[in-house]
Amino acid sequence: MSTDTDGEFEFDGSAIERKRLYGKVFLGLCVSAAMVGIVALIALLADVIYESWGWLTWEFLTYPPSQVAEHFDPENYGALDTGPAGMYPAIVGSIYLIVLTAVFTLFLGVGAAIYLEEYAPDSRLTRFIEANITNLAGVPSIVYGLLGLAMFVRALQTGASLIAGALTLTLLILPIVIVSSQESLRAVPDSMRQASYGTGATKWQTIRNVVLPEAVPGIMTGIILSLSRAIGETAPILMVGAAVSMFTPPDLTSPTGAFSAMPMMIFEWASQPDAAFQHIAAAGIVVLLTILLLMNAAAVLIRNKYDRRA
Amino acid sequence: MSSERMDLSRNGNDVGTLGDRVARYAFFSCAFVTVLTTIAIILVLINGAVGFFRQATLVELLGDAVSAGSVGGAADAIGEGLAAQVTVTEFLFGTDWSPLIEPTSYGVLPLVWGTLVVTVGSALIAVPVGTLTAIYLSEYADERVRRTLKPILEILAGIPTIVYGFFALSFITPIIQFFFPQTGTFNATSAAIVVGIMIIPMISSLSEDAMSAVPDSLRNAAYGLGATKLEVSTQVVLPASLSGILAAYVLGLSRAIGETMAVALAMGMLPQITTNPLEEMQTMTAYMVQVGISDVSVGSIQYQSLFAVGLTLFAMTFAMNVLSMWVRSRYREEYQ
Repeated sequence: MSTDTDGEFEFDGSAIERKRLYGKVFLGLCVSAAMVGIVALIALLADVIYESWGWLTWEFLTYPPSQVAEHFDPENYGALDTGPAGMYPAIVGSIYLIVLTAVFTLFLGVGAAIYLEEYAPDSRLTRFIEANITNLAGVPSIVYGLLGLAMFVRALQTGASLIAGALTLTLLILPIVIVSSQESLRAVPDSMRQASYGTGATKWQTIRNVVLPEAVPGIMTGIILSLSRAIGETAPILMVGAAVSMFTPPDLTSPTGAFSAMPMMIFEWASQPDAAFQHIAAAGIVVLLTILLLMNAAAVLIRNKYDRRA
Repeated sequence: MSSERMDLSRNGNDVGTLGDRVARYAFFSCAFVTVLTTIAIILVLINGAVGFFRQATLVELLGDAVSAGSVGGAADAIGEGLAAQVTVTEFLFGTDWSPLIEPTSYGVLPLVWGTLVVTVGSALIAVPVGTLTAIYLSEYADERVRRTLKPILEILAGIPTIVYGFFALSFITPIIQFFFPQTGTFNATSAAIVVGIMIIPMISSLSEDAMSAVPDSLRNAAYGLGATKLEVSTQVVLPASLSGILAAYVLGLSRAIGETMAVALAMGMLPQITTNPLEEMQTMTAYMVQVGISDVSVGSIQYQSLFAVGLTLFAMTFAMNVLSMWVRSRYREEYQ
């Protein structure tokens, strides 16, 4: 396409020039808009790493928290009778919380997806269940927190416990897990099901022996990604009553005991007026984001390793 | 012989083992858990809200009525429990929210106002930026750029909201204070900016899906008429995908309304109706956090107020979600 139209023809080229200029300005706007996300992400990560610099030590990962900001400061470690302070109980608490949530969502989420993809007739009830799942995905997480508080903590009398937190997080991520598992099941070619039926297998045998093994990598990827959302959720576990001053890690063998979790500790520290706590909160955020990164990396690895279509 | 084809497979014919029959019902129960969740959310919120407006919750009323023994006693107990505690009018139209400090007052409007300020403020950022990003991704960017940009936006969407709250406090607020020195540590602007950043990925990815679904034949027809790329993007693709884009906006706003931790950290805990966005305000969600971390006793009016505010929040986001579904189906253009 020629860029030089002026003068060669006997018509006013200014309209074309103007349109070309508008086009360039608009493209510039679009590119800068796309840059906003990148700049925000870089600023966020740089800010968190800068604030946490020097505060994130091995001791921070392995010692219980303290009410006093100085106990977290690596420069004071030697002078403390109490030992350094950190977020060990919260890290363990978050991992237990996620392990329990994973067990619950695995059964409920995959079971619901199998029903909707393999069994459900095209009925009004099925359409209602599907629309309901879409709507549940849009319910604010703090409302799930209220549900957990009233139903698990109070009505079922679990108290502010690990199990109440895990059940609340399960209900929260269930819609996402169901939708992603449904997509994995849908990606299994129908010819495989037909081949299985052709050998005389029943529906349940077909699902168990043919469909599920084929869909497992996709399902696992979806569950890990949903769990990485759950581990950073603060509002639900705050309403359920996650503790901020636990000095021993929670006990997985007694799931009705109290628990603390990383995002709750980060909220507690970030809302302290003392400026030193900002560095401690940043250190906690770096730990949380690292765990998120590892979970996402695991999900991507599983997807790439088993994805035959890639 | 019949010419009809017979289905000899055992698909849908679960006569086999017990496992075949049990499996169907087991999987149905899993799916039904989602319906029970919705019912439980609604019951919990309404039960608690009744306890806020009246002397007793629905469950307590039922318990009192049963334990009263006689019909008359039950009626008395229910009548007593139904005595008004806070009137619905005071709650919905009152302009003073001070449930924790005497003299108490329960007008929810300051909290709704705070939520509205954050939602509108975040939309002012996320709607233009998200839409332009979507146009860029769908119409201009080549495959290589898309492959870099989309994962970055996904990372942005995956960062916990508490981290955004910290970012607002430690990065955005100091910048605002540099330009407007009178700004306090907690202010609505900073919260609205991070919530805006937070919902950009949602708006851009849903809008881009809608734009990518517009068939190329429409674009080519416009090019054939001599339209420029700008004209194709804004006068052909944008109108053709409007239903999806509007649905994305509504979902983004619904997300902003329900956003909790970032506003609880950055916006403060002072419920007030003010037009100055540099001032401290409180959203509905931030109030719930405030009660959540305080030691209010179960059954107190402060505890019950959680559910009245939660019901208001749920009703607003539910309406937005339904609106989004309706917009998408009502204005959908079908392309072959």
